Amino acid sequence: MNLISKKFDCIVVGGGPAGSTFADIASQNGLSVLVLEKDREIGVPVRCGEAVSDKGLRIFHDVEQEWINAMITRIRLVAPNETVIEFDLNEPGYILDRKIFDSALAQKAAENGAVIKTKAYVDGLIFDEDKVVGVTGTLLGDPFQITAKIIVGADGVESRVGRWAGLPTHVKLKDMESAIQETVTGIDVETHIFEFHLSRNWSPGGYLWVFPKGKRSANIGLAISGLYAKEGKSAYKYLQDFLSRKYPNGSTQTMIAGGVPVAKTVKKMVTDGLMLVGDAAHTVNPMTGGGIISGMRSGLLAAETAVSVIKSGQIPTKKYLQKYEKEWHKIGGKNHEKFYRIKESIFRFEDKDLNRIADGIANIPENKRSLLKLFSIAVAKKPSLLLDVARLFTGL
Amino acid sequence: MIIIKQNKCDYCGCCVGVCPVNCIELKEADIEIIHDICIDCDLCVFVCPIDVLISENESNFQKV
Repeated sequence: MNLISKKFDCIVVGGGPAGSTFADIASQNGLSVLVLEKDREIGVPVRCGEAVSDKGLRIFHDVEQEWINAMITRIRLVAPNETVIEFDLNEPGYILDRKIFDSALAQKAAENGAVIKTKAYVDGLIFDEDKVVGVTGTLLGDPFQITAKIIVGADGVESRVGRWAGLPTHVKLKDMESAIQETVTGIDVETHIFEFHLSRNWSPGGYLWVFPKGKRSANIGLAISGLYAKEGKSAYKYLQDFLSRKYPNGSTQTMIAGGVPVAKTVKKMVTDGLMLVGDAAHTVNPMTGGGIISGMRSGLLAAETAVSVIKSGQIPTKKYLQKYEKEWHKIGGKNHEKFYRIKESIFRFEDKDLNRIADGIANIPENKRSLLKLFSIAVAKKPSLLLDVARLFTGL
Repeated sequence: MIIIKQNKCDYCGCCVGVCPVNCIELKEADIEIIHDICIDCDLCVFVCPIDVLISENESNFQKV
C-alpha cells in the first residue's frame, strides 16, 4: 500500500479540530503530515454542543457563513427554582455545524499538503528503545505500520496514544463528564440565546444546555459528573426527564453520547517522539466543557514546536518537544487551573445556593446587569468565585 | 466481568477515557473489552451515558 511507502515528518492520530489544526500549521510550514482518522468521515459523528465564541474562532480563521447554524448574542441562565437571568454577551458566539466545520479544517490542512486517511484505525505505537517512532493499525481493515519523526496523539477523550507511550492520560472518574445530547426539532427556539440550566435535578455536577440550531431545532444536552453517574441514573435518563417535561412535542433528529474530560491539562503533554493535543491532552476548559478553541490552540502550539524542532534538524526528544508544553502553560495554563478550581467549587453548590444567587441577581434591573456587576452585586458569599464564572461565560 | 450491550452503544469513547488499564478497543462501530487486562473496576459502567455497559453482578441481579 502506498501509504507505507511515503515518508512523513508527522503522523496525527485523529482528524478533529486539534489534529487538523496541527496538520494545517505544520504542513503550511513545510512539514509532511499524515492524518489518520478512525471513522469513515471527518466531522462525523458530531460529539459536541457546537458552541464557540467569535473571538476564539477568529484567532485561527475568518468565520465562514456555512460553518454557522446560529449567531448568539444573549445568555439565559435558569436556576433550579426556574428563576431566569438573562444578559447580552459582550461578543457574539456561534453554534457551529461541526460536520461542515471539521471538514473545512481538514480541507485547509489538505490544501497545504497534508494527507488524510479515513477508516484508519491506530491500535499501537512503534518504539525504538523508549522513543516513539511510528504507529501500527489498520486501514480499511488491512494492517499497516508506518514511521515518522513525530507522532501526534489527537485521539480525543479516549486518549489511548498517550497511554501507549506511558503517559497517564486516562481521566479520573470525578473529572469525566458523562454527556448526552439530542438535536430536537419541531420546537420553538430563540435563535440568538445560549440557554443554560444549573440544577442538581437536571444534571448533577454539570449543566444542561439548549443551543439553537435554527428556528425550529436546538441541541439540547446535559453532562453529569462521573461521581454522580456512579449513583446509577445515566445521563440519558436525566435528559429524557428534561425533554418530557419541557419539550414533550419535540422530535429527535440526532442523539449522541459523549465524554467530556473536565480535568487539569495532562502534566506531560510530550514524550520522546510524541505530542498530545486537544481532548487527548485534556485541554478542554474544565469549567465550561468547551474544547474546540482550546484544542485548536494546542494543535497550533504543538505544530509550531514540531516545525522548529524538525526544521532545525533536532531529534524530537522530550527535551525539545517540551517547548510546546511550556508554551501551552504560558498561554492558557494558569487560567486552565483556575477554571478547574472553579469547577470543583461550583459543582458542589446545592440547588438552594443557586436559587439564592439567582433570586439576588433577578432583582437587579437588566440594563444594570453588566455581567461582572451582576455577579459581584448579587453574591455576598463568594464574589471572587463568581466573578471568575462570569468571565468564563463571556469567553466560553 | 463487564458486558457490552452492543446495539445500544453510540461508540462515544467515554468508557475508554476513564479506563485505568486501557483495555477497551473502540473502532468505528465496534467495541470490545479485553477481559484478560480488565480489572473490573466498573468505572466504564458508571460513566456510560446510556447504560451500555453493565457489570456482571448487576446483570446477574437483573436476571434474578
